Amino acid sequence: MAGFGLLTGCGSPHMSALDPKGPVGETQLDLINLSTGIMTLVVIVVAAIYIYVVIKYRERPGDDKDEIPEQVAGSKKLEILWTTVPIILLIILAVPTISTTFRGTDREPEPGTLRINATGYQYWFGFEYPDYQVSTANEVHIPTGRKVEFLLAAHDVVHSFWVPSLGGKQDMNPGRTERLILQADEPGLYEGECAELCGASHATMRFRVIAHPPAEFEKWIASRKQPKSKPKTEQQKQGHKLIAQNCIGCHAIQGAGYDILGRTGPELTGFSHRTRVAGALDNNRENLKKWLVNPQKIKPGNRMPGFDHLDDKQLDAMVEYLQTLK
Amino acid sequence: MATLIILIVFIMFLGAIFTGGYNKKYLQRMQDNWLWEWITTVDHKRIGILYMLGGGFFFAVGGLEALLMRLQLMFPDNQLVVGDIYNQLLSMHGTTMIFLVSMPVLLGLMNFAVPLQIGARDVAFPFVNSLGVWLFLFGGLLVNLSWLFGGAPDAGWTSYATLSLNEFSPGPGVNYYVLGLQIAGLGTLMSGINFLVTIINMRAPGMTYLRMPLFTWTTFVTSALILFAFPPLTAGLFMLMFDRLFDTHFFTLAGGGNLTLWQHIFWIFGHPEVYIIVLPAFGIFSEVISTFSKKRLFGYNSMVFATVLIGFLAFMVWVHHMFTVGLGPIANTVFAIATMAIAVPTGIKVFNWLFTMWGGRIRFTTAMLFASGFIVVFVMGGVTGVQLAVVPADLQFHDTYFVVAHFHYVMIGGTILGFFAGLYYWWPKMFGTLLNEKLGKAHFWLFFLGQHLTFFPQHFLGLMGMPRRVYTYMSGRNLELLNLLSTIGALLMTAGILVFLYNLVQTLRMGKEAGPDPWNGRTLEWALPSPAPHYNFAQTPRVRGLDPWWLDKYEGDGKLQAAEPLGPIHMPSPAYLPFVMSLGFFVSGFGFVFHSWRVGALGLLVVFACMYIRSFEEDPGYHIEPEELKGVES
Repeated sequence: MAGFGLLTGCGSPHMSALDPKGPVGETQLDLINLSTGIMTLVVIVVAAIYIYVVIKYRERPGDDKDEIPEQVAGSKKLEILWTTVPIILLIILAVPTISTTFRGTDREPEPGTLRINATGYQYWFGFEYPDYQVSTANEVHIPTGRKVEFLLAAHDVVHSFWVPSLGGKQDMNPGRTERLILQADEPGLYEGECAELCGASHATMRFRVIAHPPAEFEKWIASRKQPKSKPKTEQQKQGHKLIAQNCIGCHAIQGAGYDILGRTGPELTGFSHRTRVAGALDNNRENLKKWLVNPQKIKPGNRMPGFDHLDDKQLDAMVEYLQTLK
Repeated sequence: MATLIILIVFIMFLGAIFTGGYNKKYLQRMQDNWLWEWITTVDHKRIGILYMLGGGFFFAVGGLEALLMRLQLMFPDNQLVVGDIYNQLLSMHGTTMIFLVSMPVLLGLMNFAVPLQIGARDVAFPFVNSLGVWLFLFGGLLVNLSWLFGGAPDAGWTSYATLSLNEFSPGPGVNYYVLGLQIAGLGTLMSGINFLVTIINMRAPGMTYLRMPLFTWTTFVTSALILFAFPPLTAGLFMLMFDRLFDTHFFTLAGGGNLTLWQHIFWIFGHPEVYIIVLPAFGIFSEVISTFSKKRLFGYNSMVFATVLIGFLAFMVWVHHMFTVGLGPIANTVFAIATMAIAVPTGIKVFNWLFTMWGGRIRFTTAMLFASGFIVVFVMGGVTGVQLAVVPADLQFHDTYFVVAHFHYVMIGGTILGFFAGLYYWWPKMFGTLLNEKLGKAHFWLFFLGQHLTFFPQHFLGLMGMPRRVYTYMSGRNLELLNLLSTIGALLMTAGILVFLYNLVQTLRMGKEAGPDPWNGRTLEWALPSPAPHYNFAQTPRVRGLDPWWLDKYEGDGKLQAAEPLGPIHMPSPAYLPFVMSLGFFVSGFGFVFHSWRVGALGLLVVFACMYIRSFEEDPGYHIEPEELKGVES
């Protein structure tokens, strides 16, 4: 359990495509660098000619205003030159583009690849581990050094699944399943975002990839399979009951003794281990309460109603219970 | 319905009050009124100015929307405009800037300059031309009215299904988008056809295709692009309209529709659209650079060839907007290669511009400053365009601020700088005065530096993980400083535009007389007095080569060679029908936005009535007799 503690809250999460932490992102960065290099060269050549021309041929005060420069029609040699050189540069760029695009497609995933179903909803991400019968939301845990195949779908509108420091994005289309293979080489927190306009709270539709060393990942899976969801204290019991009355139609909490496991909202099993509330706020009691009272303020347009009609004690009880879910 | 009648009566009443009572001469007085003259004008020069006025107005609106967004993003977790309002701003900013600013202002310059450049007296279909501008204005007005009645479109200027369908965008916003753009698009399509016919049929004797000025050439290719790109857009908007208004299932999943189809249709139009708004600007730069370098355009033939090639390739690259959809590696690479190929003709153009300047005598007037500034900005925008074609890299770039930076570099660098260059260049021919050069230069530098400050940092924001179309971003991810810089840049650009507006006001009040040929021009329009007379050429000119006016000045007797003796000039008569017809479309669109079939039908009835009147109306035009021209022509 210590491992989660280490990863929750501290350590700065990775979010930049310029600082990749896995082979997919690294290949893509190589191509970004190659193309930037070639293009910088082009800009430098054009800039050099431009600066020379602008300085050398500008009309200066005192020049004879009626003088007419020679009316040159053109030059075949130059035209050929600036047609062929760009073509050569483009071929240099096109070859790795093609080979990389074809790499890793149309093949069955390598043995040992971890499969995760990821579904985009307005405005959250749901994750399922079909091999383990485990599911979670907004935070997906993966082992390091192992390929992960995300099978992406969307529930309502087009979303896009993007973890910049692990690799490029893939749209999540309603009605279709797309594949995206990523791998994290280092343990850590990787910020993920929705990258396709999906409605009012597109900006706050975020998720996190949490990479563990393989052994700790197995531990996490085990803890998910036997969640500790039973209330103990009086307050927790009150919270448990209030959640049954207010939340469970949409949210699922495994192992808490509820008859219903709601599926239209993010799963809440093991909530206390989440690093964020609703993918948008740091996970602490204060923020969770803020969210329960007025979720529309934090994520406008989401489906959750506010619970401002409950009194302070009731809210505290719900918060208390949710924060014990392990 | 009743409101409408009351409104019409009210307007007539106002007209009567301000012109001296309703009596027998009321109609006559109304027809002599300047407003009536502008509403019924079929003169391509006035229509051009109307396009630019409309485009200018929408530029102010779209600019304010952009400014609000930048102010919201100035600091992380800002609360100025959030959620759906922000989505409305970004959707309207994009829609406005593409459809209601870039295209109209360029169409304005095309309308003004192309007939002059080819030695024609007007476009081929003056009535249709007037219809085009009023459809644009009313269509644009309809889209923008959404701010006042019911809320603006909020699904992005791309309006991807299923987000744009009733289920996820229940307000009337997207209805405004589909109907307003259909109306405006109809006008654009008409303009495109009009220019094609004009350029094919109405060139002065001797002006072969390869003697046409480059702006005319780019207008020609642009018009062809409009002809082929707008029908797919119209079809797409039509289907979206049916999905939203009549519950069809073109794009709904549950009904067996295909939402990716919308993306294909949209980008089959959308990518040529990029060239529709940048090619005319290329033409303007060719004219301006050649004029102010005092040299003929370097490599004219290859410039023409490059223009045509860009126009052709424009239709072959739409999938590069969809690399992340998951179409598979074959589609992605084919379109990647096609996209890269566009860099070649574009490069040809850039080098030819540079070598036009090479060995010339460059006068840095404001127009030339804008043109040379364009080369810097556009090359930077162009190279990132090639980078976006590198599929695996694009998976990182796509839908981030990197893309935002890229297309603003291209569109501001190409279209907006191009428009300003063209406006400073042709202003004397429009109004007979010169825009103030000092203010013009201040305008340029503020706008130019502002645009770099706004958009250069956005490349890095994108790579650092900031998606586009977000109203907020996390603090503590090194995004704060770059966003702040970007907003400061936007303020600088705004300052530049304010200087420009001041310049306009000053020049209209007390501008310096320009004379017929203030820039030592090369093309036919500079042989005319400034402002150009409404019949353009008293005698149709004879063209002996490329840059005919330059030839007449330096290898002739300094007078424009005429191809015909002075005779009566046939002119088209003014028409009020285009305005009424467009008003009909507007009313109809407004009705359909709110599912009011009666108002919708009423508007269409007006349209059909106008078509009926037009079909059976005899309109022989009128003649200007040579005597009336004497004394005007020297």
